[in-house]
Amino acid sequence: MKPLWKEEFSVRIADERYVSRRQLTKFLTLTSLGMFVGNLWILAKSWMRQDASYPVKAIAQRGEIPVGGVKLFDYPGPRDQCLLVRTAEDSYVAYSQKCTHLSCAVYYSAQANRLECPCHQGYFSIRDGSVLQGPPTRPLPRVVLERRGSELIAVSMQNQPEA
Amino acid sequence: MGPSTAQQNRGLTAVEGAMALIVLLLMVQVWLLSATLDAFLAGHRDTAVPGAIVSGLLFLACGGLYRFVVRLERQAKREPDP
Repeated sequence: MKPLWKEEFSVRIADERYVSRRQLTKFLTLTSLGMFVGNLWILAKSWMRQDASYPVKAIAQRGEIPVGGVKLFDYPGPRDQCLLVRTAEDSYVAYSQKCTHLSCAVYYSAQANRLECPCHQGYFSIRDGSVLQGPPTRPLPRVVLERRGSELIAVSMQNQPEA
Repeated sequence: MGPSTAQQNRGLTAVEGAMALIVLLLMVQVWLLSATLDAFLAGHRDTAVPGAIVSGLLFLACGGLYRFVVRLERQAKREPDP
């Protein structure tokens, strides 16, 4: 039977430095495992996302809004607000209204011909949604439009971030 | 008889070297995870596979270094008192 002092002090003082270092190394290795699991999670999400499909939805009639005018609509889900902008007589573009920085609602500035986020002065190009200035690092998700007769139809999204 | 103090110190130096290497690998892994996540959130999905493979390799390297540390500890342990 072990003496009581051996049960109370199970590690020799000379070995203690090894034990503390081994424990820290174990913690670091488990952290590394956590990082790996994080990467696997991203991989799983990206595989699941590839199967995502977008609804086909009529969002406006041609000529419904004036040149330089804006119409708000929801796409692809009922909580995903987007804006349709008529940039010229026969040109329409549509983007998600959620700023890619901190999700403030962007608006169209007809004077500057760009999309602006009022929260932190992030500006996006009306041509392709790319960042012109400010803290956002990612472009605005773009709604792909099609014309069917007199209707403008939203068919999918480009640069769609994860929810 | 257990190992001498010089042997103990040599073992500790090796353990500390392994720990420094693990910290370095971990920093690379943190960067890799943040870069993969950023690309994923931006809608680019082609970085997910190489990110996961490299992260797995880094984890295996960390695991190997941990086993090395455990082995060194076993070698350095003094024999129990009679």
